[in-house]
Amino acid sequence: MRFRGRTRREPEPAAAPVPPQPGGPPPVLVIDALGRKCPIPIIMLAERIREVPVGQIVAVLADDPAAHTDVPAWCRMKSQEFVWEETLARGGWGFHIRRMY
Amino acid sequence: MSAYFDAASTEPLHPAARAELLAALDGAWADPARLYGAARAARMQLDRARARVAGVLGVRPDEVAFTSSGTQAVHLAVLGGAAARRRAGRHLVVSAVEHSSVLHAAELHERDGGEVTAVGVDVHGRVDPAAFAAALRPDTALACLQSANHEVGTVQPVAEVAEACRAAGVPLLVDAAQSAGRADVPAGWSFLAASAHKWGGPPGVGVLVVRKGVRWRSPLPKDERGGRRVPGFENVPGAVAAAAALEAHRAEAADDGPRLAALVDRIRTEVPRLVPDVQVVGDPVRRLPHLVTFSCLYVAGEALLAELDRLGFAVSSGSSCTADTLRPSHVLEAMGVITHGNVRVSLPRGTGAADVERFLEVLPDAVARLRRSAGVTAP
Ligand SMILES: Cc1ncc(COP(=O)(O)O)c(C=O)c1O
Repeated sequence: MRFRGRTRREPEPAAAPVPPQPGGPPPVLVIDALGRKCPIPIIMLAERIREVPVGQIVAVLADDPAAHTDVPAWCRMKSQEFVWEETLARGGWGFHIRRMY
Repeated sequence: MSAYFDAASTEPLHPAARAELLAALDGAWADPARLYGAARAARMQLDRARARVAGVLGVRPDEVAFTSSGTQAVHLAVLGGAAARRRAGRHLVVSAVEHSSVLHAAELHERDGGEVTAVGVDVHGRVDPAAFAAALRPDTALACLQSANHEVGTVQPVAEVAEACRAAGVPLLVDAAQSAGRADVPAGWSFLAASAHKWGGPPGVGVLVVRKGVRWRSPLPKDERGGRRVPGFENVPGAVAAAAALEAHRAEAADDGPRLAALVDRIRTEVPRLVPDVQVVGDPVRRLPHLVTFSCLYVAGEALLAELDRLGFAVSSGSSCTADTLRPSHVLEAMGVITHGNVRVSLPRGTGAADVERFLEVLPDAVARLRRSAGVTAP
């Protein structure tokens, strides 16, 4: 069972396994939002996605657990494509998003 | 003048509850377990309060016990319901969006060697009855489902889940804290938990209902009081006031409910029109009529609540991180919706239309100001 504030001993069974291969083409822009609390990673993504050409990939690095929900949710709201997510060795995630318009 | 829009946290004390509370503090203070006149009076008041609550909830008076909170009612139901079925097994089924009182009790059960399955929800926060049914196993001791969600107001499919539990022979606990006194709970459950301060009763009074014939074993040390369900000297004045508030709230809901529902509908349609990049969350149809939750992109929920407080509005949020956790709301997370910039508006009885209009007037600027100060230029 998974619940806020809970410290678990076992790894979360529901978590997606880390793909050994990148799940998509390399990003043309990497936004470093590590250490920043939501909504700042989402603001950085919204502001800077315009810097990549339509059809290209932008990656956001973030370690606020809220980003794990907020990045895919933002993509759905904004009709951008959430391509894949990687788990970073140093903690946190890299979220890969394709600019759709 | 400040407008109070946080009924889901607590409803202001109903005048009927206040009057009966004061009367009972004077007239029903004696020990209801004793045999003299004043004690008999207190006992009669307690029995009457139980009968009144039972009447509104549609159950038998001897099935009702008063607890010290909704949280305690949930804890007793989860742990006592599981303990009584230890021979069947030690597996619990809960929805992923239950109140922390349910999830913390389930964690305790898990730490004691039990097993817990959390059933997920859709993007509106609603449990799929088929998925819930599929989680029931031969060794499932108890299933728990809220009547309605406390953060987003989504009404859960209690009737369908109760039917699945009946078919599987698993008792069901319904946490009705957010809907009791507002709407009837569908039948078919074994345990029900509710909280008086949510319907205009006093703080520190909860209700635990255990249906006749349902097995329950106290997880606490033995005590003769509270019908052997809730230990300790009974809060008779609190129970009396809780019963008074429940009857009054239920009676007035017929008139005030539709009025509040119309105000909430207005917020639901106007907020996305007036504020860019807003998402109204929760089930659009199957929901509590007095509550609406929305998320404003690019705004920190805490900052928005503070700004609205400054402007004279008491509202709450599912996303505010509590001191002991950095995790976002488990409800919004389970729904997969934006967890930041979250505002829950829940209207108490008698909310004035003018206050709602003023809220709609100040909200767009408040959000725009916070976005500007965060450096947001994105359309
Ligand atoms: C769904 C739900 N269950 C249980 C509770 C706990 O009730 P109380 O505040 O009386 O402990 C609440 C109140 O926050 C609630 O909203």
